[in-house]
Amino acid sequence: MAELTYLEAISDSLREEMRRDETVLCIGEDIGAFGGAFKITDGFLEEFGGDRVVDTPLAENAIIGAAVGAAIEGMKPVCEMQFADFISCGFDQLVNVAGRMHYRQGLAVPIVVRLPSGGGFSGGPFHSQNPEAWFLQSPGLKVVAPATAADAKGLLTAAIRDPNPVCYLEHKGLYRYIKGEVPEGEHVVELGKARIARAGEEMTVIAYGSAVHLALDAAEQLEEDIEVIDLRSLCPLDTEAILASARKTGKVLVAHEATQSCGVAAEVAALVASEAFEDLDAPVRRLTAADVPIPFSPPLEQAVLPQLEDMKEACRELLAY
Amino acid sequence: MEPGNGTVASERARDRNGDRRNDDDREQGGGDAPAGVAGDAAHADSLTKGDRTNLFRYMAMMRSAEERGITLYRQGKIPGSFYDGCGQEAISVGSSFVLGPRDRMCILHRDLGAHFVRGLTPDRYLANYMGRSGGVTGGRDGNLHFGARELGCVGMVSMLPDMALVANGMAQAFKLRGEPRVAMTYFGEGSTANGQWHEAMNYAGIFGLPVVFILENNGFAYSTPNELEFVVDPVERAQTYGFPGVLVDGNDVEAVFEASRVAADRARAGDGPTLIECRTMRMHGHGAHDDMRYVPKELFEKWAERDPIELYRERLIAEHGFARDELDAIRVEVKAYVDECAKRALESPMPDPATATDGVFADELTPLGDGRAPWSNWAEQAQQAEAA
Repeated sequence: MAELTYLEAISDSLREEMRRDETVLCIGEDIGAFGGAFKITDGFLEEFGGDRVVDTPLAENAIIGAAVGAAIEGMKPVCEMQFADFISCGFDQLVNVAGRMHYRQGLAVPIVVRLPSGGGFSGGPFHSQNPEAWFLQSPGLKVVAPATAADAKGLLTAAIRDPNPVCYLEHKGLYRYIKGEVPEGEHVVELGKARIARAGEEMTVIAYGSAVHLALDAAEQLEEDIEVIDLRSLCPLDTEAILASARKTGKVLVAHEATQSCGVAAEVAALVASEAFEDLDAPVRRLTAADVPIPFSPPLEQAVLPQLEDMKEACRELLAY
Repeated sequence: MEPGNGTVASERARDRNGDRRNDDDREQGGGDAPAGVAGDAAHADSLTKGDRTNLFRYMAMMRSAEERGITLYRQGKIPGSFYDGCGQEAISVGSSFVLGPRDRMCILHRDLGAHFVRGLTPDRYLANYMGRSGGVTGGRDGNLHFGARELGCVGMVSMLPDMALVANGMAQAFKLRGEPRVAMTYFGEGSTANGQWHEAMNYAGIFGLPVVFILENNGFAYSTPNELEFVVDPVERAQTYGFPGVLVDGNDVEAVFEASRVAADRARAGDGPTLIECRTMRMHGHGAHDDMRYVPKELFEKWAERDPIELYRERLIAEHGFARDELDAIRVEVKAYVDECAKRALESPMPDPATATDGVFADELTPLGDGRAPWSNWAEQAQQAEAA
C-alpha cells in the first residue's frame, strides 16, 4: 500500500497498464511534452514515446474516431478529453460510432474516454460540467465515476481491460484533495459494483464522485447512523446494492453534483420507488445541482452546486420522518 | 489557390478546375469526366486478363445484386427504403481491388462492389436489407450499414464522414506497429462540407497515416448540387493538408484501380495518405423513394451514355482482346448466381424478437479477420514468399 492522491492513482493505473500491455496507448491534447492539462501523463512521453502517447490537434471527434479504429485493430486506447465538457465536440464518434458498434456489428471497441469533470473552482459553464447522464441515455457505453484514490486506480484498470467503450469521470476537485491508501501493483475494481463507504442503519445516502465526500462529511458532523453507498459505476448500475441498503434503512437520499432532471438520482429514485416501495419510511429525496449552467462567480457557483450544509439539511429532513 | 507540390494527377485536377472556372462551367458530378490519370501504361502491367475479368464480374455482380434488391423492395420485402450505387460500380470495385488480405476497409452505402471484392456473398447483403437473421448484422442495422468483420470490414454509420476518422485509427495502429498495411475508406462529396471531414484530413496529414480516402463526387448530396456544397473542389484541399489529391474518372474502373494502387503503395511505403476524387454520377435517387426531380435531364442523359460497366465492356473488347460473348456470358452467369443468392436470403428467417436486447456490450475482444484479395499481385506475392 502507498498513500497516493486521486490524481496520482489515475497516473499509476495508466502507467502500469502501459507497462504491462503494449497495446495500451494514450491519445489526447497536450498529453505529451506538457504531460496533460492536469499532469496525469507527466513523464509518459519520455517513458513510452510519441507513438503511444499521442499528442493530437484540437479535434475531439478525430481523437475518439482514431481511438475506435485503433481499438478495432487490436489496440486499447485511452483518450483524454482535456475537460469533460469537450466531449460535446466528440460526441458523435462516441455515441454513434463507438457506442453502437457491438450491438450493430458484433465488433468490440475497447476504448476508455477519460473525462476530467466537476466544478467548485470557478471553471465557468464550459470547464465544470458533469455530463454523465448524456452517456447513460446512450446504450453501449459503460460509465464509471470513482470517489477514492484506490477506486480511481482500480476502476481505470478495469476500464482499460474491458472490451467496451468506458467513460471514466474523474472529478477535478478530488485530484489533489483526496488521498488514500492504494494497492501497489495490479489493482482491479470490477465495473458495476457499488461499495458501502460508511455503514449505517437510519438512512442511506446513495452518491458517487464528489458527492460521496459530502455525504461522509455530513454523516460525521451530524453524528447520525447514516449509510453511504458509493455507486462507483453508473453503467452497469449495482441495483442489488442500492436496493439492499434502501430496504435496510427505509430512507434514501440520492446525491450528485450533476444537474437534476433525468439524471442518475432520478434513475435511482425510480428504481427504489419501484422495487423497494414496501420498505420505505420516507419519500426518496434528491440532492443535486440546480438545472442551470454552472456559473463562474463563486457565490453563484456555490448557490448552484450542492454544498455540505445542503447535504446536512437534506439528511436532517429525511431523518426526521 | 497556389499550386503546391502535388502529384501529376493533382496538377491535372487543378488545371481542369482552372479550365472549368474559365469556362464558367459548373456542371454536376463529373460533367466532363477527367481524361485518365498518369500511368495508363503502367496499369497494363498490373492487371492480368483474369484481373480484368474479375473487375468486370464484380461490377456486374454489384449491378445485378442491387437490381435484385430494388425488386425485393418493390415487392415489399425490404422495410424502410432502398439505397444503391447504380452508376458508381467502378469506384468501389476498382479501389478495393488493390487491397491485400491484411488491409482494412470502412465501406459506404454506394460501395457494394467493395464488399463483394473482399469476399461477401450477395445473399448476406440481400438478407441484411430484408432484416433477416442471415444478414451481416442479423437485423440489427439495415441498408449497407454493415461490415463483415471476418473479412476485415467495419460497418458504417449514417453520420458522414465518420468512418474516415475510424479509418485513421486503424491506419494509426498499422503505423505504430510498423506494419505495411493500408486502411481505405469512402465518402461522398456531400460529407466534405462537414467539420469531421476536416478533422479526418488534418489528422491523417499530421501523422502521415497509411490511409486512402476515396471521395465519390456523384453530383448530389441527396438533392444538394455541387455548387451548394463547396466553392473549391475538395480534391484541391488535399495539398493544404500536406498530401496528394488525385482526380480520376470514377466511371473508368482501371483509372480508379490505378490511382488507388499508387495511393496504397504510397501508404505502404510510409509516405502517408492520398485523397482520390472519383468524378461520377448517382444514376438513381438518394433512395428508392427519391424521384430525382432536381436532376437536369441533359445531365442525366449525358451520364447514361457513360455507364461504367458498358464502358468497360467496350474497352475490354477493343483493347484487351475479350470477346463480346465471353462478357455477355459473365453477366448471365452473375445474374443466375445473384438469383440463387436471393433465394437463399429469402429462406433466411427473421431474427428472434427475444434477442433484441442482446449484445449491447461485448464480453470479449473480437479481432478482425482478413479480406479476400483477388488481384493477381497478391497470389504472386504469396507464391514468391513461399518459394523464398
